[in-house]
Amino acid sequence: MSEKFDVIVVGAGPAGTACSLACARQGLNVLLIERGEYPGAKNVMGGVLYRQQMEELIPEFWKEAPLERPVVEQRFWMMDKESVVSFGYKGLEWAVEPYNNFTVLRAKFDQWFANKAVEAGALLINETVVTECIVENGQVIGVRTDRPDGDVYADVVVLADGVNSLLSKQLGFHKEFRPDEVALTVMEVINLPKEKINDRFNLADNQGCTIEIFGDSTKGNLGTAFLYTNKESLNIGVGTTLSSMIKAKLKPYELLDYLKNHPMVSPLIAGGESAEYLAHLIPEGGFHSVPKVAGNGVVVVGDAAQLVNAIHREGSNMAMHSGLLAAEAIIEAKKRGDYSESSLNSYREALYNSFIIKDLEKYKDAAHTFEKYPQYFKEYVPMMNQAASKFFTVDGTPKRDKQKQIIKNMTAERGTLRVLQDIYRAWKAVK
Amino acid sequence: MSTKNIEEKQYLLRFKCDTKSHLTVLDHDICMTQCPDKICTVFCPAEVYKWEGTRMQVGYEGCHECGSCRIGCPYQNIKWEYPKGGHGIVFRLA
Repeated sequence: MSEKFDVIVVGAGPAGTACSLACARQGLNVLLIERGEYPGAKNVMGGVLYRQQMEELIPEFWKEAPLERPVVEQRFWMMDKESVVSFGYKGLEWAVEPYNNFTVLRAKFDQWFANKAVEAGALLINETVVTECIVENGQVIGVRTDRPDGDVYADVVVLADGVNSLLSKQLGFHKEFRPDEVALTVMEVINLPKEKINDRFNLADNQGCTIEIFGDSTKGNLGTAFLYTNKESLNIGVGTTLSSMIKAKLKPYELLDYLKNHPMVSPLIAGGESAEYLAHLIPEGGFHSVPKVAGNGVVVVGDAAQLVNAIHREGSNMAMHSGLLAAEAIIEAKKRGDYSESSLNSYREALYNSFIIKDLEKYKDAAHTFEKYPQYFKEYVPMMNQAASKFFTVDGTPKRDKQKQIIKNMTAERGTLRVLQDIYRAWKAVK
Repeated sequence: MSTKNIEEKQYLLRFKCDTKSHLTVLDHDICMTQCPDKICTVFCPAEVYKWEGTRMQVGYEGCHECGSCRIGCPYQNIKWEYPKGGHGIVFRLA
């Protein structure tokens, strides 16, 4: 198949499919290559899809897309061994159109989404691995696949090949990632009847709840756990940076079982039946880890460009938006007939002017700070729990004395100055 | 029932196995002589790597293709490729 396309997109995840869809709609000749049996077969996420960036591509997609539940409540747990300090927000404005975000199961969703690109005119080829970019005189002119006679050519190659992005590494856009730039996350889908989910999470039909869990969920290591409600199943998962996993010698599946058996969690999943177990890396290096995203005849989108905001659990939306920005740049480049790096750099500019890089820039030091100073997860979460327990236990101590005791305990453990330093450092990392 | 260990978790999955491994330990001597922790046997989420006294057993058939071993190996001693198109793990849900 030595055919030439306008655009070859490698990877039918949210970024690649979004880019294919937007290019195909403008009449470009698009080849979308997926290595899995179908789009979604290799793709994993915790499960939250934000509405805004998806709607830019497919207005009112919720009327036809295979979604699980619109999320109406987001809870945050600071969990200790036998206690939890929780806060959150539930709002019924999220229960009606246009919604804020949804839980989704990716294998279903990605197939549906890729089919939208196909309907718009993109050619989707599954079960095909792109083994390398074909480079001629410094210009990417196509890709080599693992099919017989598998070289294919295009004006632009879009690398949407996910977190591992061997292809952008081949081009020298980034070095191998360090273990502190990626989070290893494992999860299970656990089937549970709809009525049980509604009762346990205080939900009506077609309402969802997400819980992010910090502290003992990762045994105090840098990372989070999550519990999300699908229609008739729960997604429960936990991840830490790979470096934390290595340092603490954690087996990820044992951490997952520890979470499932935790007394704050186990009643919510009791009686459920495991349906799938999934492991995946999340690119969490943030701003400093974003590689070169445009070269001669090539752009990089989605996880492959490390576009994940770990603090706000945003990734698939950034992937889609980056795919759309790349498509717009490619369409402009085609008008100019110029596929050089300087021409495709309009994608880089658009990306850096968008919420994506602005958000990553805001949190550029967060992961590093929390990795370097483990006290936030290891010490403050238990301290918060002890303080809450003390404050809410009625034992005849006047409240003002209780407050004094709580502050005294905190500063006694870490020292007043260090506590102030910790607060300042954390504020600086996320301000 | 909800799973209790890695064997039960892996049993939930569908794999379309290739006959050839997409993961290669480049030098088993490095594992033996320089890597007392053999940390890949710990963090691999699918327990693909098992140390067998003198060499690293690679159960590539159960690999989730996450990439952790490639990045996490302290000696960059693992050659990591994707399985042949259409092969390897097939996620059906999330």
